[in-house]
Amino acid sequence: MAVTDRVQSPHPTDGQAPREKSVKRLAFSQKVSKWDVRLSPYLYISPFFLLFAVTGLFPLLYTAWVSLHDWNLIGGQGAFTGLENFQFVLAQPFFWNAVGNTFSIFLLSSVPQVVIAIAIAAVLDANLRARTFWRMGVLVPFVVAPVAVGLIFNNLFADQAGLVNELLTGIGLDPVRWHSDSLASHAAIATMVNFRWTGYNALIFLAAMQAVPRDVYEAATIDGAGRLRQFFSVTVPMLRPTIIFVVITATIGGLQIFDEARVFDQAGLGGADRQWQTLTMYIWELGWGQRNFGRASAVAWLLFLIIVVIALANFLITRRIASQGGRR
Amino acid sequence: MRNRVRITALSAAATCLALTLTACGSGGEENPGVEGETGTEDVTLSVGTFNEFGYEELFTEYEELNPNVTIEHKKAATSNEARDNLTTRLAAGSGLSDIEGIEVDWLPELLEYPDQFADLSDPAVEGRWLDWKTAAATTKDGALIGYGTDAGPQGVCYRADLFEKAGLPSDRESVAEMLDGSWQDYFDAGKKFVAASDGVAWFDSAGATYQGMINQVQNAYEDNDGTVMATENAEVKDIYEQVLQASVDDDLSAHLTQWEDDWVAGFQSDAFATKLCPGWMLGVIEGNAEGIEGWDIADVFPGGGGNWGGSYLTVPTQGDNQAEAKKLADWLTAPEQQIKAFESKGTFPSQVDALESDTLQGQTNAFFNDAPTGEILASRAAAVDVTPFKGPKYFAINDAMQQALTRVDVDKTDDAASSWDKFVTAVGAL
Repeated sequence: MAVTDRVQSPHPTDGQAPREKSVKRLAFSQKVSKWDVRLSPYLYISPFFLLFAVTGLFPLLYTAWVSLHDWNLIGGQGAFTGLENFQFVLAQPFFWNAVGNTFSIFLLSSVPQVVIAIAIAAVLDANLRARTFWRMGVLVPFVVAPVAVGLIFNNLFADQAGLVNELLTGIGLDPVRWHSDSLASHAAIATMVNFRWTGYNALIFLAAMQAVPRDVYEAATIDGAGRLRQFFSVTVPMLRPTIIFVVITATIGGLQIFDEARVFDQAGLGGADRQWQTLTMYIWELGWGQRNFGRASAVAWLLFLIIVVIALANFLITRRIASQGGRR
Repeated sequence: MRNRVRITALSAAATCLALTLTACGSGGEENPGVEGETGTEDVTLSVGTFNEFGYEELFTEYEELNPNVTIEHKKAATSNEARDNLTTRLAAGSGLSDIEGIEVDWLPELLEYPDQFADLSDPAVEGRWLDWKTAAATTKDGALIGYGTDAGPQGVCYRADLFEKAGLPSDRESVAEMLDGSWQDYFDAGKKFVAASDGVAWFDSAGATYQGMINQVQNAYEDNDGTVMATENAEVKDIYEQVLQASVDDDLSAHLTQWEDDWVAGFQSDAFATKLCPGWMLGVIEGNAEGIEGWDIADVFPGGGGNWGGSYLTVPTQGDNQAEAKKLADWLTAPEQQIKAFESKGTFPSQVDALESDTLQGQTNAFFNDAPTGEILASRAAAVDVTPFKGPKYFAINDAMQQALTRVDVDKTDDAASSWDKFVTAVGAL
């Protein structure tokens, strides 16, 4: 072995000792290579977990610590109060209102988003001229900053001077009270979210559609299935894993919605009656408006728990769907 | 790297400056407009303001006087936005501008953290401002955390053309005479106007009008020791009911929320005919009502004089250029400069010398039908007889109140009684 040779050569006359040493060396280098095999994979994936520990786990635990104290944004740590902050926010009508708003905006944005994205993807999947142009085109809204989107839509959805209401009154309908009526404000905010994310999801669906083997379609055509039938009986079932992926990412994003709702009016608190205050905005109001970091952290943790519950539900449902898909 | 070198050089220059005020730096001759010496090292100073401070031209002037200084202006749309920004960055410990403009309503919150702001007290500026202006920015230990900029003595801005159309007197003196008296008189005049105005409202928003009224109350939300009694204060509830009666039941309000898109658009669409206007509001009106003719301002304010807002410049201690920043703040708030800001955007001075200056007294505003705004606002300032107490929770409580008014006046999601209940809950949750 090369290693032993090299170790021995400087001490050609040294009898036993070098041999022992070389055995040791051998053992050590063997050990190293054993460690290498065993530990390297973990080392290679460790950057993610180290990063997660720093940017995910630590804040999570620190937030829990903060939530158990009186904690002022600027003044810092105060007395330990146990679960008082949680008790307080759970008793607040604004908290439950924010939970309702969050889910309402989430549903109004995610459901149409997925449906429209699949439809757009199906169109883009067809033989179009200048295909790349159209495909890139649907991504344009995604590169516009959310706050800029907010400003533009704000103008469109202004109650008295907005373009949308002017069009509505122009065709003889009543203007919608976008900033007063709770559901209308949710719809307006969901429109902003959809504007931004639909194209992005459409591209993901498009990629998945192109991975569907063409011979399945050929077989379907021979069996006499029309375009529509092919779409619902071939394309959509084949997209199932992708749909699940998109739904999960949309859920996580949807429950944390902030930018669009915050820029929906000047004050950024979600309306005078908190018509469109989401949970993340409530965290903002408590932490930065009232400077009560303890309570803000308590809400942050409650939001975390809600997301965990939803993610578990998601997991169970998707497992069912996946196994059903397997059986067919 | 370059930045660090620059900062080091700069702090060297700053130290040099502090040690020997006359010995180093050669900028003295070229900078006749500035007292004392300036450093010669290049320095970029950022200045955070909101609404209209009227500083745009002054910055250019200062840069010309001090070729080594570059000023970066960060302008927030509203006072709320500026407060959010300030709070976040104070908590983060970095990211604040070298000079931050703050408003009197949230000054008390900041006085609780005097370490965050440089003590700007200086024999050179003693007696520069009205006493109450300086007192409000002074900590218990005597540190001065902000230099006063403007004050907000209020008059009534009105649309002379719309008054005329509705058959009301429209020249300044008659309007002042008509509106002189209590708030009820102001609202009664409104009823007369609305009856003949063909859909134009009397004032813009319940919230804005309430603001004018509450600033005449000595202790609105808190006792002098900081105890919150906002929800038990009969005076507050009275004003709340009175303003909503006028806004909703008598329909005198244009049902707008201040600073929203609809409110801004309302200036262009003749949505309302009067607006309570502190000096700094003149610039805002002029900007929003660009191209509209007929605005004027009357030397009158219902219910006695009133002061709304007014700001300060602070130098956060997290900044790297505190010495230069202090110098700029000092220069900007000197009477001569404040008068220029007043000429530009109507921000009425809080500096004693400025109040007495002929330039101020002779100031007219072309947009407001050449009204002698200097004279009018000086007379309005003299009419202010109450300095309201504003404690650490003033801003948050007042914000909750503004939302209570918006719910009834603009959103119509609540009536006065149910919205008051929500206000009580919101104050209880602070």
